[in-house]
Amino acid sequence: MKKTLFDKVWDSHIVRSIENGPDVLFIDRHMVHEVTSPVAFLGLKNRGAKVLYPERTFATADHNTPTINQHLPVADPLSANQLKALEENANAHGISYWGLGHEKNGIVHVVGPEYGITQPGATIVCGDSHTSTHGAFGAIAFGIGTSEVEMVLTTQCIMQPKPKKMVIRVNGSLQNGVTPKDVALYIISKLSTSGATGYFVEYAGNVFSEMSMEGRMTVCNLSIEMGARGGMMAPDEKTFEYIKDREFTPKGASWDKAMAYWNTLYTEEGASFDKVYEFDGSDIEPMITYGTNPGMGMGISKDIPLATDLEGGVATYQKSLAYMNYNEGDTMIGKSIDYVFLGSCTNGRIEDFRAFASIVKGRKKADHVTAWLVPGSHQVEKAIKDEGILEILEAAGFTLREPGCSACLAMNDDKIPAGKYAVSTSNRNFEGRQGPGSRTLLASPLVAAAAAVTGQVTDPRTLLQ
Amino acid sequence: MAYDKFTTLTTTAVPLPIENVDTDQIIPARFLKATERVGFGDNLFRDWRYNSDNTPKEDFVLNNPKYQGKILIGGKNFGSGSSREHAAWAVYDYGFRCVVSSFFADIFKNNCLNIGVLPVQVSPAFLEVILAAVFKDPTTEIVVNLPAQTISIPSTGDQESFNINVYKKENMLNGFDDIDYLRSMEEEITSFADNTPL
Repeated sequence: MKKTLFDKVWDSHIVRSIENGPDVLFIDRHMVHEVTSPVAFLGLKNRGAKVLYPERTFATADHNTPTINQHLPVADPLSANQLKALEENANAHGISYWGLGHEKNGIVHVVGPEYGITQPGATIVCGDSHTSTHGAFGAIAFGIGTSEVEMVLTTQCIMQPKPKKMVIRVNGSLQNGVTPKDVALYIISKLSTSGATGYFVEYAGNVFSEMSMEGRMTVCNLSIEMGARGGMMAPDEKTFEYIKDREFTPKGASWDKAMAYWNTLYTEEGASFDKVYEFDGSDIEPMITYGTNPGMGMGISKDIPLATDLEGGVATYQKSLAYMNYNEGDTMIGKSIDYVFLGSCTNGRIEDFRAFASIVKGRKKADHVTAWLVPGSHQVEKAIKDEGILEILEAAGFTLREPGCSACLAMNDDKIPAGKYAVSTSNRNFEGRQGPGSRTLLASPLVAAAAAVTGQVTDPRTLLQ
Repeated sequence: MAYDKFTTLTTTAVPLPIENVDTDQIIPARFLKATERVGFGDNLFRDWRYNSDNTPKEDFVLNNPKYQGKILIGGKNFGSGSSREHAAWAVYDYGFRCVVSSFFADIFKNNCLNIGVLPVQVSPAFLEVILAAVFKDPTTEIVVNLPAQTISIPSTGDQESFNINVYKKENMLNGFDDIDYLRSMEEEITSFADNTPL
């Protein structure tokens, strides 16, 4: 039986297969953050259990953290309490902890790859659905609930039935101005937010192999938005080049041993998938969403679809447009916007800041727009400064904030006010996601930059040099 | 965490026929700051249930005293989005023991099974039948029989079978959780770990 990439990694991690039940899967790396872990640590305590492999466990604070004045005590007492709980739990169990102010602090899915915790062929979990990000390296990575966080802390295993397999192939040439974010939003708009539920996705085709590691992370990150448990890509020279010599990647003989394993990580010719999708990369435009789930996206030059063109779900569709205060048939180009958010585990990496800067360079932020530019980590922040991007941003009237999840889910003070429109490079446009009553338009860093300088939804291709 | 055994549930139901209900609606992120699992039911569907001044929104189903019961009936693709188990906790803490839908998001479904809330996936046609019965008469009782894997409406005679993983079913019937099972395998796990390449 020919094996897929997913088969190879999954099967090699099965500790035990339970008859008529799930597989017991060994987890190589477990990432922990402050929001979904405290109840898990409490459960551990109540059981009198210990963390089985602290050295395979990594904790960082990101969801709750402020993005200004991080040197000061956290003002919100509930957030402060949660951050303190993580620090105490990490210390009590000997887990490395990169808290607020630590040079390695940042969004869990940004720092994992930066420090080489993320490796090809690994199984990686975290109590966060965007754990799928790490699939860009050829890892099986997925989000889990708090009961499962406790399970992994205690036993380094998870119990899951093996998901079905899907491959999404995108070949062809991308148009100028089309980024990995657009490719992902395009796929989600075709499959819907439940189109890949029950599946684990492999992305294949030249469009993905030609992407940078940052771009691949953006695509895999958004796998969950079409319902998939995760998405992954076969590792290649670009992958190995990226991870080589990072702090937690193997060195010397261990590297050679790991490479022997990593070189086996590809889908064999003739291996079968339960579902196959193929798209032509040249069909993809810069994308924007107009509704309240990530599947409600379209090419930026298109009009909002009519309810009569849908296959059912009309009431839900109209509820969604009413929330956005948009009408069927509206053109998105030219719609006024109030906020721009550049950041998150989806688009908070250096490449995203380079893209944003390429459009705002030599232009000015629109007066009525509030822009929050939030690097995914201190390492990204440093690169922004080292590469001279900060100067470009500041000259255009922007300021840079400190790392964290920020307005992606608005657990800290970075909340979009009720009724306001935000063009956001994050991953979810659900009602109230960015603050109660907020309205989110998901888009790429290029579309966000174009909106930031024009104050309205603008096709970035008209601004590219 | 151990939970109550689930065998047969006979109760009225609360209808919420909206599709793609995401976990940010079930429990908004700003209510995820607790370090203990208490009080999440108060904020279940917070922004659909309350105005910004905390007065109840009269037209939301949880504020309609006609609809009570331990079953929540949701539209297609219920529980999409974030992995926050807090969403399942909120459903449980509010008093629901079962969620019925024609399709569930993956992680939400898993989280429910791990804390003793039974996700029952029915056909789109049966979802319509059950919603119609509850809207017609909110006192309609629904029976969810886990051992037999059936959901039925005694007053109309409608019934459908549902699927559940055999292992998960045993856990629900007995109130077991996976962690006890896995802890009993510790030697097997550590010897496996000694031979992993990473």
